[in-house]
Amino acid sequence: MTTPANLKYTKSHEWVKQEADGTVTVGITHHAQEMLGDLVFIETPAIGRKLKQGEQCAVAESVKAAADIYAPLSGEVTAANAELADAPEKVNADAYAAWMFRLQPNDPGELAGLLDAAAYQVIAGADKR
Amino acid sequence: MTMALRATPFNRVHREMGARMVAFGGWDMPLHYGSQLEEHHRVRRDCGMFDVSHMLVIDVHGGDSRALLSYLLANNVDRLQRPGKALYSCLLNPAGGVRDDLIVYFLGQDWFRLVVNAATAEEDYAWLAAQRDLRAPGVTLAARRDLAIVAVQGPHARARVGQALPESAAVVNSLDNFSAICMGGTMLARTGYTGEDGFEILLPAAAAVALWLRLRELGVAAAGLAARDTLRLEAGMNLYGQDMDESTTPFETGLAWTVDLKAARDFIGKSALQNARPRRHALGLVAIDKGVMRRHQQVTTAHGDGEITSGGFGPTLGRSLALARVPLAVKPGDEVEAVVRGRGLRARVVKPPFVRHGVVLVKE
Repeated sequence: MTTPANLKYTKSHEWVKQEADGTVTVGITHHAQEMLGDLVFIETPAIGRKLKQGEQCAVAESVKAAADIYAPLSGEVTAANAELADAPEKVNADAYAAWMFRLQPNDPGELAGLLDAAAYQVIAGADKR
Repeated sequence: MTMALRATPFNRVHREMGARMVAFGGWDMPLHYGSQLEEHHRVRRDCGMFDVSHMLVIDVHGGDSRALLSYLLANNVDRLQRPGKALYSCLLNPAGGVRDDLIVYFLGQDWFRLVVNAATAEEDYAWLAAQRDLRAPGVTLAARRDLAIVAVQGPHARARVGQALPESAAVVNSLDNFSAICMGGTMLARTGYTGEDGFEILLPAAAAVALWLRLRELGVAAAGLAARDTLRLEAGMNLYGQDMDESTTPFETGLAWTVDLKAARDFIGKSALQNARPRRHALGLVAIDKGVMRRHQQVTTAHGDGEITSGGFGPTLGRSLALARVPLAVKPGDEVEAVVRGRGLRARVVKPPFVRHGVVLVKE
């Protein structure tokens, strides 16, 4: 699967989509779901929770392992994808469609520090040895 | 430093099928072919096949082979009187600790066959050879690395294996559970590690890939080690090196039923087991809360702490399950807590197996 060029990425394998209303949508990358294997539980952050960039805020648990998901930007959680509680496999099926939560960022400067698709691909490729 | 991994005769086929390969017990093995959950469900509901050629087949020949195995195995090989019968047993050290678990087949006059775990294969062979030299020098041991092993498991395994081996269909249909039959260089055994009906087929490496491809044409799904692990865990079966090892007696890992202390015969580990006073025993846990229990996590009970020896998500159960070593006073029906990522996850104590022949046997 290609790494969508319209998204931003983190070294910890989250993707970030800038929405027209100023919020950002967050999920985990195709590469991340591939490394984790079949997902069985996803725990999303509470709406209203205020997060600092890099703070652990969600969990993706697969048959194989549990992985922490980190806030890619500082801000307040405005929405969480409730569908994933009953259907975590949606992340395996399409990691870029199965979003996890939305944030209202409070530091626009942080966005510039995220990776673009090409830079993220280098990181994902290095993982694969 | 990296050590070269050993490859089974199916290695190329696994790769062609897109398997994610992992190192396991020194072997390059398929973890899954895309989705381990799907592979798990295929085995429970239909039929799946596993390459388990990493396990070692050891043939034991000679007039004293029964006497030797009677002394080396904790279970009693004298229960094997009819050729073809199989027995599950631990191989113990003198302290009663588990060196390995294995299946022994009685195949004919003065001929037994052992199938042992991959990670312990070399040590097992050396141990058997040393004991043979001491007690039964006339016995010969042969490590059969010329054989491949395919496990075909699931409710439709019998039908598929019958179709794949049409000349043996009658044999496939009549073979009793936990029995085997040799036909030329091929051994067909009705054994497995999934809690489903099924067969383990031991055959010359040169013929192995052809059988695999024939089974695949018949719609048998290839399944990897990941599904093998969730299937055996739901079936309540121990994994050597994880649920038990040399510091564990069979009594502490749910295997008292495989130890025969009543018969007059002596065996390695017997006196230690006769004097053993186990303080913990192995039971199953089914998660009440959401989350996944994992190996090495602590279990908090009303009678003291225990530890999870194998844990994970049970695809048939649809929730997390575990095997745990807990204080003797802990009984099925108790509610305990596993410490999962710093939080208490409530779980119900149950007696394994969790799933047998596709049916969930336990409740949270």
